[in-house]
Amino acid sequence: MSRHKWKTAGFISLVMAAAFGPAIVQARDLTVVSWGGECQDAQRRYMFGPFTAETHIPLVDEYWEGGIGNLRTRIRSSNNTWDVVQVEAEEAAIGCEEGLFERIDLSMVGGADRFLPGTTRECSVGAVIYNVVLAYDASKEGKKPESWADFFDVKTFPGKRAVRNGPKWNLEIALLADGVPPDQLYKVLSTLEGVDRAFAKFDSIKSDLLFWKSGAQPKQMLAAGDVVMSTTFNSRITASNENDGTNFGIVWNGSIFTMDSWVVMKGTPMLAESLKLIEFMTRAKEQAAIVPLNRTGPTNKSAIAEIPSRYLADLPSNRANLEVSVPDDPEFWIDNFDDLNERWSAWAGNN
Amino acid sequence: MARYRKTFFLMPLIGFLLIFFVVPMVWFLSYAVRETEVPRALPRTLEALSHWQQDQPVPDTAFAALAGDMIEAANSGSMADAARRLNYELTGVRSALSKASRVVRRAGAGTDFDIDFFNAIDPVLTSPAFFAVVKRAGNAMSDHYLLAAVDLQRTPAGAVVRAPQENRLYLTVLWRTLEIACMVTLACLFLGFPVAVLLTTSSEKVADTILVLVMLPFWTSLLVRTTAWIVLLQKEGIINGVLLSLGLIAEPLTMIFNRTGVVIAMTHVLLPFMILPLYGTLKAIPRGYMRAAASLGARPFTAFHRVYLPLAAPGIAAGCIMVFILSVGYYVTPALVGGPSDQMLSAFVANYTTGTGNWGLASALGLILLIVTIILYLLAQRLSGGRAISLG
Repeated sequence: MSRHKWKTAGFISLVMAAAFGPAIVQARDLTVVSWGGECQDAQRRYMFGPFTAETHIPLVDEYWEGGIGNLRTRIRSSNNTWDVVQVEAEEAAIGCEEGLFERIDLSMVGGADRFLPGTTRECSVGAVIYNVVLAYDASKEGKKPESWADFFDVKTFPGKRAVRNGPKWNLEIALLADGVPPDQLYKVLSTLEGVDRAFAKFDSIKSDLLFWKSGAQPKQMLAAGDVVMSTTFNSRITASNENDGTNFGIVWNGSIFTMDSWVVMKGTPMLAESLKLIEFMTRAKEQAAIVPLNRTGPTNKSAIAEIPSRYLADLPSNRANLEVSVPDDPEFWIDNFDDLNERWSAWAGNN
Repeated sequence: MARYRKTFFLMPLIGFLLIFFVVPMVWFLSYAVRETEVPRALPRTLEALSHWQQDQPVPDTAFAALAGDMIEAANSGSMADAARRLNYELTGVRSALSKASRVVRRAGAGTDFDIDFFNAIDPVLTSPAFFAVVKRAGNAMSDHYLLAAVDLQRTPAGAVVRAPQENRLYLTVLWRTLEIACMVTLACLFLGFPVAVLLTTSSEKVADTILVLVMLPFWTSLLVRTTAWIVLLQKEGIINGVLLSLGLIAEPLTMIFNRTGVVIAMTHVLLPFMILPLYGTLKAIPRGYMRAAASLGARPFTAFHRVYLPLAAPGIAAGCIMVFILSVGYYVTPALVGGPSDQMLSAFVANYTTGTGNWGLASALGLILLIVTIILYLLAQRLSGGRAISLG
């Protein structure tokens, strides 16, 4: 009797497995992934929609919050549904080295001459240029912060601060606030003493520190009065001031200049379409079109000429802003991200 | 025949649980003890090291084997994974291996890949410590991740030591997770018990309305409820606004991005899980018992704690266990309304699966959490006389 019972159990379980087992392979649409929020709204309006209109290739857009682990998991598990992804500078470099992205033939995306020097690499094509800036609520009374030193000065500027949860860009601003000259920044950060110095600087404001994860949070925290200063992206603040009636100030001095890139996930079944999409999104007209909504610098050489002059002052590539920004170094982060991330997690998680 | 019928009806559920729960969970937890990266990327090197002990000099064959593995691994990207895994034990080895990999591939066949070749790239690649770590990470199973999950590590020689001070984290976080879960459980108990009692003593229509109100949170998404709390609790939010205008406080209270906000939001979300099991048990207590106790001369409080409470104990235990186990696994709510020192263990599991892709550590942390939860559950079973899961 019991043997019969187990045989039946096994049989029914097998039937269930057979029903659910074979992965139902459906043809999926080309999928592009970006950062969400106003950034992606602008991209949807001027890039994704027009792309489908012109090429009749259906496009699905998703969003993510970064994290190379996401991409590693997708590729390793052979369960990847993303095709074109906008990644941060060191994610592009690490992913290329680890074989997560396809190599991009520049001739398929408009030719090497189309792009500003330094914006293309083996597996990635520059998408947007932006700065990590200090933002504060300018409608509040009192002195206005003018540099990263002010960010770490809780006596003159009392109140909570918010930074992104992670070592990237945070260790840099700690050293800049501590007086390290911009051209020595990554050299100092490459030494153990430099890293200790950066963490010690953060220790000095630890009790006033909050973390954000998604780009839309700093604006929310500033508006609610929960923080008086936050690191954030220049484009988010300008968009907030124009669309949501906030009065936030940006400190360009010492801001970190960085670039996001478009990459194509390895093994995508739609390589040709992905490259066509990247070609479309890096055209001068399209890159210029998103600027009014999303104050990021273009990577197409001819795009600046297409941007109405009244927006140029807000762009990272504007001369005045460029002179005071500090370029970030993806090479440094390729080698050191995992170690520093572990140390940051331990530091942040401990009371 | 009846027994056969019973089993037959259970089969779909058992099959579902086996295929979609037990098997994936065991597979995921096995990552905590399995080593995959180094065996896959460095098979020849491990072969060359198979008879080597750490006190001996490194065999020359190992270097040629290492070069061979680097050339082979270039196509699969497995070298990067192995480099990352080895870097967990020997900081700095990741960049050394990447550099060596590039140099080896460019040098091509015919080059003499010996100790001098690798020494010129980076001396760490010729050290016995490096090869000891490779050999240990090359076993099919290892305790590296389990040790890391409790802030321990092995020296290259193999002794177990505590992790350096600045990397020590998980024991603190585990303690904090249990602390927050306890606070939330107690808060749910104190808020939920009166509601459950009220449900048993009200008329049917009133009880139905209250039940609907208790279940209402289930119909809205968790994320929506949590973000609603952000709006309520923030410095210029509704609660502060009301309290300020009523003159009860002079300065706005900080109720968000700290422990207070976390406990409030989690209690709100988990309250129905306390009320419903409690109600199930309390409903079964005959109303006559309390009256009988009073008629025998007991004062209300004595009747409560000598008659009512022992009968309600299984329900209390069930509710507490459910709320505790659920809150121990939470990470979305603390991530949104908590401060940096309120992040619970699951947040780190999430960070390791999505942030860096360190599945070994993520599953080791998950395993620790599972073990702690099982221990606490068995404790609760023992304390409540084996009736912890009776739901009335």
